[in-house]
This record gives sequence, structure tokens and C-alpha cells, in this order.
Amino acid sequence: MDRVSVVTDIRQANQNAARENRTLFDKHGSCVINLMSAPGAGKTSVLEATIREIAPSYKVAVIEGDLETTFDSDRIRALGVEAHQITTGSVCHLDARMVAKALASFPTDGVDLLVIENVGNLVCPAEFNLGEDLRVMVYSVVEGAEKPKKYPLMFHTSDVVLLNKIDLLPYSGVALSELLRNVVEVNPRAAIFPISCRTGQGLEGWIAWLMNELKSRRSEALSISKT
Amino acid sequence: MHELSIAESILDIAATEAATHRAAAVTAIKIRLGDFTGVVREALEFAFEIARQGTIAASATLEIERVPLRTRCPACEMPGASGYCFICERCGTPLEILSGREMQLESIEMAEEEEVTWIASP
Repeated sequence: MDRVSVVTDIRQANQNAARENRTLFDKHGSCVINLMSAPGAGKTSVLEATIREIAPSYKVAVIEGDLETTFDSDRIRALGVEAHQITTGSVCHLDARMVAKALASFPTDGVDLLVIENVGNLVCPAEFNLGEDLRVMVYSVVEGAEKPKKYPLMFHTSDVVLLNKIDLLPYSGVALSELLRNVVEVNPRAAIFPISCRTGQGLEGWIAWLMNELKSRRSEALSISKT
Repeated sequence: MHELSIAESILDIAATEAATHRAAAVTAIKIRLGDFTGVVREALEFAFEIARQGTIAASATLEIERVPLRTRCPACEMPGASGYCFICERCGTPLEILSGREMQLESIEMAEEEEVTWIASP
């Protein structure tokens, strides 16, 4: 018997594919969001609301990940934005190789903002880097105040946490202050926005944050290309 | 059930190593798994049993060493308490993670050609 020491990160193959995606995104000057949540938290609604505000100023494209159906990409195309659907079959998350495969037939050059909507799942997508700039998580407040502690990894690895459906707070028995405290404890660095896609409440804060992010990336890219 | 993709990644790395060493079989794989990963140990063990079938590691065992989540304040060096609170209790600074995110292959045991024959016909 031979015992060989092989100290290797098991995520290495995905990391390599993510790095290649990243190189392509940088070449195209695209800011890329990995949009994650549990099923039904409102990812596609957030995306629709975001596209309405962002698309007049920036070129947006979307990659949709779902187990089955093209419902979500149809909703995005209805807004005049190009969308590519990945149906994963039974795989519960997107990985960097699936995204690379999608990019081969869905060119993103000239796209300012590419949103990759992940498969609805509060656990698995958090472990798979797609090559994104920003991780944005949508959490529906009616899911309860304690979930950030029960499913800490996605909250912890997100740059932005959108607490959606705050219009339902009076019916949910969830105290927003307790939920906010749990999110902050799990991720003190995240930008947190309580929103309602249905009423539009709070969306302006998130849109302003994203606009600012896109603007600073664009001026950064310009200053790099000048030097 | 992304544990299946993780199990497949482990087996891919093991198969590459086995080919490099011209081994006839992989008999044991050891990994380190952090508590703060999205991987459930039992689910990974189950997925590994399924994924190893028909591979060079078909009879390999999987040994999982658990790595606890440890945090520390980068400002005042106070160690973080247990549980998922990433704010320093003393000074309020976001904590840094020292361990617990590991998903690492450690070692692989392989058998030479004759050893396999010996195992196959006792």
C-alpha cells in the first residue's frame, strides 16, 4: 500500500472554471452578480424591478438557472433584456462549468451588468463560485427571523442581503429588528436592504447602491484603459 | 444534494493521482471537512458510496476529519464565541475565520497491481 499526501482543495476544478469565467467577464467589462435565494423568495421579481431601473442606463443580460422550465427567462425577455436559460435537471445549484458552457452560446461582450440567477436553494449555491463580482441574496422575511443562524453560509458569503416581502411583516409574526440582528451577526460586512417588490418600498436604496457600484466600476475601467 | 458533485470531485482528483502513480486501485481517501461548509458529512458519505462505483476507487474508504469553526477578532485578537456570530464581543469588529471553511483532500492510499490480485484471490 502506498499512502500519498495530496493536499488539494476539493473545490479546485470549480475554482479554475470560475477563474476562467472571471477573465472573460473582465475582458468584456461586465459586472457580474450571482443572485441566490431559497425557492420563492422573489429573485425573479427583484430582477424585474432592478432591470426596469437599470436597463435605461446600462446594458443588462441575464442567465437563469432552474431545475426545469423557462418561465423565468420568459419573464426577463418580456422586459426586452436578453436571457439565457440553463435547466440543470436535478442539480440543485449552478457551478462555474455550467456557466462557462452557457457563455459559449450566449455572448456577453458589451454587457455592463450580467445577472446569473441561481437555482432556488438556501444551501448548495453558496459553495460554488461562478466567477462573479457580487453575491446578492434575496431572503423573504416570512421565512422567519432565525434562518440566518440556521443557514449561515449563504448569508455569510453574500455582499448584499435583500430582505424581501416586508409588506407581509404585519401578517408574518416576524420582528424585522430580530431578523436584521441575526443577519448582521452572521455577516457584519453585508449591505442590507429591507424591500418589497410588490409595493416598491425600499427598492430605491438597493437600486442606488447598485447604480453606484456600476458607476464606480465603469470609471475604474476607464481609468485603467487610459493608462 | 450537491454532496454528489463534491464526491465526484474527490474521485476525479483520486483518479488523476492513481494514474500518475500507475496504481491499480485507490483503497482509501482522507479529507478534511470544515464545519462551516455547505456539506453534510452523512450525505457526503452516502454520495461517495454511490459515486465510487465503477471507478478506480470502487472499494475505497472515505475518512473524514472534521475541522471546527474558529474565529478571531483582527483588531483586539479576542477569540470568537461558538455559534454563528461574526462580530467581536469586546470591540464590535467583524471577525476573521481561522478554520472551518476547509474542503481539502489530505491523502490517498493506493494499491499496486500484485496487491490487488492478492486481495481479489485470498
